[in-house]
Amino acid sequence: MNARPHPVPEQFDDPVQQREAATLGMWAFLATEILFFGVLFAGYTLCRVRFPDAFAEGSRHTDMLLGTLETAVLLTSSCAAALSVREVQLGGRRLASALLAATAALGVAFLVMHGFEYVAEYREGLMPAIHYTQQGVHARGMEIFYCLYYFITGFHSIHVMVGVVLMLVMAGRTWRRAYDADYHTPLELTALYWHLVDIVWIFVYPLVYLVGRAG
Amino acid sequence: MNTVERVPAPRSYLEEGYGLRSWLTTHDHKRIAILYGIGITFFFFLGGLAAALIRWELVTPAGDLMSAETYNKTFTFHGVVMVWFFLIPSIPATLGNFLLPLMIGARDVAFPRLNLFSWYLYVVGGLFTLLCLLLGGVDTGWTFYTPFSTMFSNSNVMLVVVGVFVVGFSSIFTGLNFIVTVHTMRAPGMTWMRLPLFVWAMYAVALVMMLATPVLAMTLALIGLERLFGVGIFDPALGGDPVLFQHFFWFYSHPAVYIMILPAMGVVSELITNGARRRIFGYKFMVWAIIGIAVVGFLVWGHHMFVAGQSMYASIVFSILSFIIAVPSAIKVFNWTATLYRGDISFDAPMLYALGFVGLFMLGGLTGLFLAATALDVNLTDTYFVVAHFHYIMVGGAVMAYLGGIHYWWPKITGRLYSEAWARFAAILMFFGFNLTFFPQYILGYEGMPRRYHEYLPQFQVWNVLSSAGATILGAAYLLPLFYLAWSLRHGARAGPNPWDATGLEWTVPSPPPLHNFDEAPEVTEGPYAYRR
Amino acid sequence: MSMLPQASSFAPDVDHLFDALLLLCGLVTIGVFAVMIVFCVRYRHGTAAERTPARQHLGVELTWTLIPFVLFMGIFGWSVHLWIRLRTPPKNAQPVYVVAKQWMWKVQHPGGQREIDTLHVPVGQPIRLVMTSQDVIHSFYVPAFRVKQDVLPDRYTELWFTATQAGTFHLFCAEFCGTDHARMGGSVIAMAPADYARWLHAHAGLGLAAQGEALFRQLGCSGCHDPQSGVHAPDLYDLYGHTVPLSDGSQVLADERYLQDSILLPKKQIAAGYAPIMPSFEGRIGAEDVLALVDYLKTRTRAAEDSHEHR
Repeated sequence: MNARPHPVPEQFDDPVQQREAATLGMWAFLATEILFFGVLFAGYTLCRVRFPDAFAEGSRHTDMLLGTLETAVLLTSSCAAALSVREVQLGGRRLASALLAATAALGVAFLVMHGFEYVAEYREGLMPAIHYTQQGVHARGMEIFYCLYYFITGFHSIHVMVGVVLMLVMAGRTWRRAYDADYHTPLELTALYWHLVDIVWIFVYPLVYLVGRAG
Repeated sequence: MNTVERVPAPRSYLEEGYGLRSWLTTHDHKRIAILYGIGITFFFFLGGLAAALIRWELVTPAGDLMSAETYNKTFTFHGVVMVWFFLIPSIPATLGNFLLPLMIGARDVAFPRLNLFSWYLYVVGGLFTLLCLLLGGVDTGWTFYTPFSTMFSNSNVMLVVVGVFVVGFSSIFTGLNFIVTVHTMRAPGMTWMRLPLFVWAMYAVALVMMLATPVLAMTLALIGLERLFGVGIFDPALGGDPVLFQHFFWFYSHPAVYIMILPAMGVVSELITNGARRRIFGYKFMVWAIIGIAVVGFLVWGHHMFVAGQSMYASIVFSILSFIIAVPSAIKVFNWTATLYRGDISFDAPMLYALGFVGLFMLGGLTGLFLAATALDVNLTDTYFVVAHFHYIMVGGAVMAYLGGIHYWWPKITGRLYSEAWARFAAILMFFGFNLTFFPQYILGYEGMPRRYHEYLPQFQVWNVLSSAGATILGAAYLLPLFYLAWSLRHGARAGPNPWDATGLEWTVPSPPPLHNFDEAPEVTEGPYAYRR
Repeated sequence: MSMLPQASSFAPDVDHLFDALLLLCGLVTIGVFAVMIVFCVRYRHGTAAERTPARQHLGVELTWTLIPFVLFMGIFGWSVHLWIRLRTPPKNAQPVYVVAKQWMWKVQHPGGQREIDTLHVPVGQPIRLVMTSQDVIHSFYVPAFRVKQDVLPDRYTELWFTATQAGTFHLFCAEFCGTDHARMGGSVIAMAPADYARWLHAHAGLGLAAQGEALFRQLGCSGCHDPQSGVHAPDLYDLYGHTVPLSDGSQVLADERYLQDSILLPKKQIAAGYAPIMPSFEGRIGAEDVLALVDYLKTRTRAAEDSHEHR
């Protein structure tokens, strides 16, 4: 059973060329994403060298339990995304769209948990410029830590939101038989994007949550 | 230039619809190129007007034409507009968009909708910048140095930061589009080593746009947040580091210089080979020089900061890398010169522009050596010597090449021929006007006149007057093409498919080309520039 | 080459390098232009010149790749040699403190003399400027001396020179700093040593170190840092120019930057063996007071203290 034939846009000669172009385009886009986050990580590193103790102290104020749960949730969601691609390649449809919906749901769960973290931090007075009540030795350095924390996690959360929307669209399209074993490039590329969002978090997690807790 | 009887041609891309809507919703790379061309021309003359105001203010040592604040806003506006809304998109977004698919034998770029979206981003960014101007302007200089831009400036920094942030995405997406297009859309037989140098230049510049611009975008976002919320990582009052901003900024803005000059090098390689009717001398070396410049260009940003407070050793490393990047530039100048050897040279307007480019680029490049030498840079940096140096590269280099390219491909783009006599006159006037404007600035800088000065010591006046006189001539020379090119649109003779008798796939299709460029994919059997009777 | 006076010990050397590079670049420019013109004339369309394509020689390419490379490395070496000298103040350089703010230069001499927008220096004596800014980034630029250095907020940068000619030389701010950037100038007045001594004498105030010592008591620093104090805090004798072991196991050289940071950001580097109990003075004292304190700490030696007591 084949899906509806997929029209090749007129600038391409054949589906192979289209697939190559789309895939390379996504990888190129991911390269720019690495540089977007790279600036933030570079800024983090340099500020941490200036204020090592304040960064450790700031890190101890984050919610380790939620952070770890979020990591687990994101990793699981990435696994679901990968499985759904595999399923489509093997010709499956129902399970694939269910897995995509699960990926989106896990993404939403991640965002909700992060929301709880932000609320708790607001109450604790850890939100620079809005509600920052820290006093004492490391207050200034921690303020910089929290600036970077909100910037990095906020920018990452925007990526998760975009990913959730894309995943839902993909789930719907898969359900409506838009993709099959021969043609599923958009699905594959969306999964690729989701993995990048996941990988970025793998770097954020130790930098934000673990760094102050060693030793 | 010879005209050819018009053969019944297929419908050209210009005849595919005449309404505004057909233009604003087009996916055709050629129409998008023209949309960019209109925006870029508008911003070029707006930025040029600001430059004229600056030069007229500097005719006398006293600040009499405008107030210090207005002057600061004028040079900031000049810098922002010329860098982000003219120079960076100039060749890639107009000539690049128009020619890249034609030169590699493709029907369009890989992602035509993204291409149109890039243009809209450019327009939105431009509107923010214009809004900023209307609401009173911004006085930070185009470099937005912290903490002045974040904590001290009372002007509309946010609006212009948003404008530049948005236009940055336009450049990222254009870069991405070009990379994918060159990789996947080449016609059969168009191997990498058969690509015209213009395509190589576009490829290298796309790489730089894609990988450097995100750094600028994030840095501007950090500036924006710091201004909005009063906290951030660049503010020294908080323990942040203003020099970190300079590192981030130049990590983008030095490669950005290569975004401006690499395309110019590509254009000139096409123009010189055609003017001399010779194969380019040392094709492979030219390719590797382009790649080398693009890659090493990422590693030299610290040469903007020799006196900014970075360590002595960091400066030494950045200095040696800056000397190394001068080698491929030298190779290119020698190869262009050698291409003339045993040529059959005619001096049409594009060739005049190209020869002018080589001379001015060489003067700009050689003075770069003075600035790469740390001990000399201490004295010369932040003076008019630097101003002259980068204008030789960006105006003498990039703008000359841009205009040369516009003249060379004008018959292809519009299907019309312009007045050759006027075009030659404009090119020559521009060359002399340019040198009169900027050569005195080298001397001013060496004598110690700092840049961004609204008033100056009376001893500097002679050179300033010469420079301002030159600027007036240069301004007039820039206005000329506007008239005779516009005139040619209605009254110019019709151009045949190949009025320059040039090689290259873009000359095998009718002028102006049909919507999808090629009826069937061309087969490429030899390298570029096969000029030989 | 220039109308600009060569008024510092660097100026002739910098100018030699500049002139050499100018000569080299001039020759290259003339050479390339000449070749271009000859080609353009000889091979212009319609002449009967030889036009069979020349073979492309790898040797030619390598020649014009390697020769510029070697020349560039030569210039680089020459420049670095000079650069290291520019960046390494001699031990006997006399410090003068500079505080920049929008839009003026404030100068403090160790003897307590203060000036605004002028700097008096003796001819023949190496001078080391220790500079900081109260607001944005500025840049201290004296073209006649061929020196320039950015001046940053909350941080010290240094610049040194030896004036070799008496006279008045222009001082500029070279980093754009806001509305009146172009007016943020002044002059450096180099004087013969005898005149300079007279000038110092005529403008003597309370010495900078003495001002610092007074502040040291007023602000309560002595309450903890004096040897008689009951608080466990370093006594700060003989601190300047020595290495200080830190609590994280590293060592730091006690220079001006360290002393300033220790006053404004005491938690940044904690001396080994002491608790981080010192409060920050950030925002409580001005940049000039910090300079006075730093200057006092530099003179706080046990030898000076002893001679004081024995008097």
